Amino acid sequence: MSTVTVDDHLYGEAHELAVDEKRVVVGYGFWIFLLSDIVMFSAFFAAYAVLAHATAGGPDGMQLFSQRSVAIETVCLLASSYTCGLMQLAVTSRRYAVTYLMAFMTFVLGACFLTLELREFSSMIALGAGPQRSAFLSSFFTLVGCHGLHVAAGLIWLAVMMAQVLIKGLYDATVERRLLCFSLFWHALDIVWVWLFTVVYLMGVLS
Amino acid sequence: MSESYYDRAPGDASALPDIEQGRTSGVLVYTIGMGLAVGLTALSFWAANTSLLWAGGVSLGLTALAIAQMGVHLVFFLHVTTGPDNTNNVMALAFGMLIVFLVVVGSLLIMADLNDSMMPGPEIMNLHMQR
Amino acid sequence: MSLLGKLDWSAIPFDQPIIMGASGGMVLGIGGVLAWVTLKGYVPYLWREWITSVDHKRIGVMYIILALLMLLRGFADAIMMRSQQALAAGGAHGYLPPEHFDQVFSAHGTIMIFFMAMPFVIGMMNFVVPLQLGVRDMAFPTLNSVALGLTASGILLTNISLAVGEFSKAGWVAYPPLSELQFSPGVGVDYYLWALQISGVGTLMTGINFVATILKTRAPGMTYMRMPVFCWTSLAANLLIVAAFPVLTATMAMLLLDRYLGFHFFTIDGQGNPMMYVNLFWVWGHPEVYILVLPAFGIFSEVVSTFSGKPLFGYRSMVAATMVICVLSFVVWLHHFFTMGASANVNGFFGVMTMIIAVPTGVKVFNWLFTMYGGRLRFTVPILWSIGFMVTFVIGGMTGVLMAVPPADFSLHNSLFLIAHFHNVIIGGTVFGLMAGYNYWFPKAFGFKLDEGWGRVSFWCWLIGFYIAFMPLYALGLMGMTRRMQHYDVTSWQPWLVVAAIGVVVILVGIVSQVIQLVVSIRDREKLRVTADPWNGRTLEWATASPPPPWNFAVLPQVTDIDAFWKEKQDRRGQQTPVSKEKKIQSIEMPKSSPTGFVTAFFAVIFGFAMIWHIWWVAAVGVIGIFLVILVFAFRADEEIEVPAEQIARFELANAAETAR
Repeated sequence: MSTVTVDDHLYGEAHELAVDEKRVVVGYGFWIFLLSDIVMFSAFFAAYAVLAHATAGGPDGMQLFSQRSVAIETVCLLASSYTCGLMQLAVTSRRYAVTYLMAFMTFVLGACFLTLELREFSSMIALGAGPQRSAFLSSFFTLVGCHGLHVAAGLIWLAVMMAQVLIKGLYDATVERRLLCFSLFWHALDIVWVWLFTVVYLMGVLS
Repeated sequence: MSESYYDRAPGDASALPDIEQGRTSGVLVYTIGMGLAVGLTALSFWAANTSLLWAGGVSLGLTALAIAQMGVHLVFFLHVTTGPDNTNNVMALAFGMLIVFLVVVGSLLIMADLNDSMMPGPEIMNLHMQR
Repeated sequence: MSLLGKLDWSAIPFDQPIIMGASGGMVLGIGGVLAWVTLKGYVPYLWREWITSVDHKRIGVMYIILALLMLLRGFADAIMMRSQQALAAGGAHGYLPPEHFDQVFSAHGTIMIFFMAMPFVIGMMNFVVPLQLGVRDMAFPTLNSVALGLTASGILLTNISLAVGEFSKAGWVAYPPLSELQFSPGVGVDYYLWALQISGVGTLMTGINFVATILKTRAPGMTYMRMPVFCWTSLAANLLIVAAFPVLTATMAMLLLDRYLGFHFFTIDGQGNPMMYVNLFWVWGHPEVYILVLPAFGIFSEVVSTFSGKPLFGYRSMVAATMVICVLSFVVWLHHFFTMGASANVNGFFGVMTMIIAVPTGVKVFNWLFTMYGGRLRFTVPILWSIGFMVTFVIGGMTGVLMAVPPADFSLHNSLFLIAHFHNVIIGGTVFGLMAGYNYWFPKAFGFKLDEGWGRVSFWCWLIGFYIAFMPLYALGLMGMTRRMQHYDVTSWQPWLVVAAIGVVVILVGIVSQVIQLVVSIRDREKLRVTADPWNGRTLEWATASPPPPWNFAVLPQVTDIDAFWKEKQDRRGQQTPVSKEKKIQSIEMPKSSPTGFVTAFFAVIFGFAMIWHIWWVAAVGVIGIFLVILVFAFRADEEIEVPAEQIARFELANAAETAR
């Protein structure tokens, strides 16, 4: 170790980025990314809102949307947000079994959501109401599909994170940070879904 | 001292000892949030389908309910508060919401205005051209 | 289904000599450089020290190298356009057929904005901001490297389009219906869209990186109001990136869906709405120009205060003006399409907002002027660029306010008056700022100054050339000449266009001078060597060696005031007895180098090219490749490498005189 005396007036303790602060910085950076993602969704929302009545003589929302299916999807996603929150608590208290269980439930609920959504899409396409039918349908499939793609990406991410927990353990700061980012992502997706089902499905069936 | 010592990562529940929440109260927070969210969702579905409400106000009501649900998510799931350790997170959120508002509302107003200025369709044009 | 999608030998334009010549030159150039590098044995060094580096300084330099190369490509397009228009009057038809001319003006705009100005600005911010903040690197170093890689991918795809296929003919804005499949069935628009989508992801990563770095990581004691103004303008620009680029991503995704899957966002049939593309594009487009110009404003603040020997006048109002511009830039976008048919109220609102946004800019100009007033101005090359900016940008701004009046814009929209205006502000603002920053910070990056003499020549050529090239365009716009004309019948326009072409030649001399400046400076670098602080600077980047060590500062500075380094120097001068210059040096953890950025970029190019040519299986390989790269990165064992204290101490001792501590 080199020279020792410190001129306190000019230089303080070398202030490096401690692990705690790294969590704050990484979390914040991901928060900014999420906000940018939400701005992207808002562009798709704007397009949908503008084109919502451009049905080109084809079917409109009232004829196509199944509120029952949407209600179940909503419950699935909301419940998965809940289990994700419980997973976060388990991670913080380093309880492996609960972490894996909650992650699994989050995954299953998310997968149910996606399955229902895919079923809805394929039945609409089978009816001849695919995205190529009209501008309204193009914007519907894109907006809802974009959200679905994000959910799918989240599920892949969750699976990879559980592999990381298995291999690196819950005491690894990087794993902890990434799980924090995942839960931010998952909750944000549920917020986007709130707007989706309100604007697209519920307002879409108002007479 | 750098400010980051006092900042909280978004999504983290408060880690300060005096308002430390134990594991059970953590579960409670999520459970209350879940309950509220389910309730508001059910309310939205009801509002969209009922005939008891004036039709003109339902859209506004649904929007208000969506905002409320977003609030529940932010507070109970994402632990966003107005404390000083959360200032950066709230500012970023506010900026994001401002941009979303400008993009969506701005685009809607502009596109509606542009469409109003479009030529009327062939039937009306023919009608107009006939004396 | 063909194994190579739409790709076959007809993609190479053998029948077009100009393009074949340009492609051949490009291939020979790139091949030659690669061969030279390999034969000289530089590859291991380049791989280890540059390509896999996550150091913000190295990444910054690489961004700027890309930008300078693309400046040459974009400028070649400019020369072609000016010469074509100087020739093609009345009976003459010039040498560029319309299909080629259309690609030239589309490529010129796309390259200059996305692949010259953006990388140049981002590279400048990358190099300078962490140093000015007194930290060791950006918040997310590997993400930084990936962002660079994705930008390079976009650049590579655009350049491949020269030799394989074609580029877009729909202008740098690519409005539908022209950009839809029906009217642009070739691969040109697809090259444009994928290059921009891929590099757009990179730019978004940059935005997130800078916002997190500036807001969350600064030297101890550096509160918001002690940050250098360049960091404030970088913050504002990156907030705009984070807010605006997602809209561009969404808009281009919608156009891609229309073209690839037959969606109806912007098509006429299916009740699509092409006007919505214009609307959403400019929601991004207007903040984009502020992303380009705000960092330039920051550079001017630094340069003017340093060479006036005075603190910047009105720091608080500068910060306020910057943030006001940041927010206001989101409420003016309709002025790009006044003529699309909105009602008078809507046009009027946006016209008024456009005029209002000129006010905080004016505040900034006055602050620079008041900074110089009462100071002892040193007429270095960066100051020349700054003064050139002040005159030129103000003129450009005024013509902008003129067009902000909707009725005036109805005559001037899409005329050469518009072209003159935006080149006036982009060249006068962004380019002059970047040239000032380039000359100002070059010694910090490389340890030797750029040759002053050739610097002056390049400045005067650029300045004079700019006015000769663009002032005639204002006149032509008022005379009614539309933009993007490959040929025209009004022969009275020709003399003006000839003058404009001469102006471009003068700018060419300026650019050649800059190349010479670089060559001469490298040749004479021992004579031009500098220490840590060649300009008697005011901010922290001048407090460390030139070039800085990888860790930037051996001991992170403790900040107590604005212009932290100036304060340090004053404190030191004010001390009666020389202080014992000993520092407690500890070992430092630095982020580890990684090939993630390069490999991601590689697969991104494969993906982009495959999507353009409809080679679906190769596109899938690209996606899987990127996913695997992410996995490898996610599972790596060490994130950081420890630099031992002895190494740092050795560097400090060796550079003691330099750092003048």
